[in-house]
Amino acid sequence: MGRYVIRRLIQAIPVLIGATLLIYALVHYLPGDPVQALAGEKRADPIVAEMIRQRYHLNDPFIVQYWNYISGVFQGDLGESLQGRAVSDLIGDAFPYTVNLALVAFVIEAVVGVAAGVMAALRKGKFLDQLILISTLLVISIPVFVTGFILQLVLGVQLKNDYGIDFFSVSFNEDDGLRAYLLPAFVLASLSLAYVARLTRTSLMETMRADYVRTAVAKGLKRRRVIGRHALRNALIPIVTFLGADLGGLMGGAVITEKIFNIHGIGGLLAQAVYQKQGTIIVGVVTLLVMIYLVTTLLVDMLYAVLDPRIRYE
Amino acid sequence: MSDTITKDASAPAGDNTPKTEPAKNQKPERVASLWSDAVRDLRRNPLFIIGGVLVLALIVISIVPGWFTDGSPFANGACDLSHSLERPSAEHWFGYDVQGCDNYTRTIWGARNSIIVGILTTTLVTVVGSLLGLLAGWKGGVIDSILSRFTEIFFSIPTLLGGMLIMSMLGKGNAYTVSLVMAVLGWPQIYRIMRASVLANKNNDYVMAARALGAGAGRITFRHILPNAIAPVIVVAAISLGVYIGAESALSYLGIGVQSPEISWGLMISDAQVRFLAAPHVLLFPAAVLSVTVLAFIMLGDAVRDALDPKLR
Repeated sequence: MGRYVIRRLIQAIPVLIGATLLIYALVHYLPGDPVQALAGEKRADPIVAEMIRQRYHLNDPFIVQYWNYISGVFQGDLGESLQGRAVSDLIGDAFPYTVNLALVAFVIEAVVGVAAGVMAALRKGKFLDQLILISTLLVISIPVFVTGFILQLVLGVQLKNDYGIDFFSVSFNEDDGLRAYLLPAFVLASLSLAYVARLTRTSLMETMRADYVRTAVAKGLKRRRVIGRHALRNALIPIVTFLGADLGGLMGGAVITEKIFNIHGIGGLLAQAVYQKQGTIIVGVVTLLVMIYLVTTLLVDMLYAVLDPRIRYE
Repeated sequence: MSDTITKDASAPAGDNTPKTEPAKNQKPERVASLWSDAVRDLRRNPLFIIGGVLVLALIVISIVPGWFTDGSPFANGACDLSHSLERPSAEHWFGYDVQGCDNYTRTIWGARNSIIVGILTTTLVTVVGSLLGLLAGWKGGVIDSILSRFTEIFFSIPTLLGGMLIMSMLGKGNAYTVSLVMAVLGWPQIYRIMRASVLANKNNDYVMAARALGAGAGRITFRHILPNAIAPVIVVAAISLGVYIGAESALSYLGIGVQSPEISWGLMISDAQVRFLAAPHVLLFPAAVLSVTVLAFIMLGDAVRDALDPKLR
């Protein structure tokens, strides 16, 4: 197990370097001049502009700039924005909102999705199954931002105006704590939730036909135990794979939800950085997300061995 | 996850009853093939019929939008500010948007960009992903390791953030650039499926038989392995068509997709968002049409999946 993890971590290094190089190159060749962008509509003072270029080594060839950047990253230094703020500070300000949002969404997605899928699979072809199938299909078809607007209107505005229930807020308010995240997180989770429910249903229905489940029933085990210990545990493997890959996806996809509910997470930070062509911020955010992706996929692969003892890592 | 996972797949028991009921107009030796079974299943599936009719209608609308509307939304005087935000009426089913343009006309003309993006992205992703997946799965060794690491780079970059960057680099936002960007970020999914599918197929007896008979690498790959390995790719591609159409609208909503004066449903929704509370109809009509479009493609995809992979039913 230990050797496997080490090998995976070594394999992750070229991926991390490749992804940062790609993003760095994209930012480098973005049309427009970031130093001029700092000055806004005015013409940038040539002396000041040259000073900024010197300070951030913007005159160096591309590969030298990248080398300076990546060696900094491996020493834990994500660089500075052109306004002189440390990128780690900027990310530190924005990232907690995105992480909280993604984590609440992840919990909603896993709990509600798996529960709905199990209920549908155990009542195959019945009313509840049909209801879950149709509603998940609808959720998949309606774009996330439309779901967001409609829930905002129904739960945020109408519930308050018509019934005086001021539980879900239209706009994100930090002081509300967890409650403030509920509605945005539900919107963010909705699409994946539908996928998880459908995946759980198919996977569980397939394992319910397996020989070991029949054996468990024949042994006279209680239905709860047959489903919980034998069928569901085996059915969980594709679901865990999906959930693991999705955690990173939730953080990346939070851009839209953050825009709808006006949350100042990394989506806004990144949009602003792209607009101002601030390479260090863009690459910093993407590097972080790539690392999260690599770590979660590794964790998922290790979880397989827990769920299914037949899977071994040497 | 390319290595050292050893799991013996527990093959599902039962369900092996042959479904041979030879029809009169079919040649007997075709009856048992996966594809003729699939086509017969599809024709009976209501999902396929409903989805297919809707998709056909949408394709016709996107080719000749003029048949369904009175005028072009790009014509001089197509918009009249005095009608701004008017509610739906008998003459103007979808009402007017803030510029006083007929919402129905714009929605109809907006179909083209969505359909182009869906079909073009899916085609690009499928061709690139399956060719590279075929190469990696068949050759193995160093080529496989390099390609798989390379794929992981693209897989690890979040789609929306990567899309934001590449779109601002390309500058021009239209259906073709959006398709290109989504294809660049989307092909790894198909690559993985194709690679796994080739690996599962390449040690089968028919491949060895072909090799023993002296077939070359090219013939084995394209005549024997590809037709047997492509079913899972088609299933995923069919479902992702709808997903890509939704993704285009998300990019346009964020302001990095199709740009005005082009018409896109995502862009219309984004423009209508500011006045959603005052004039919800401007947003809800394109959103409903968009959802129905995505739904139609997903229904088609589901039907194809049911036909090609009866085990999943």
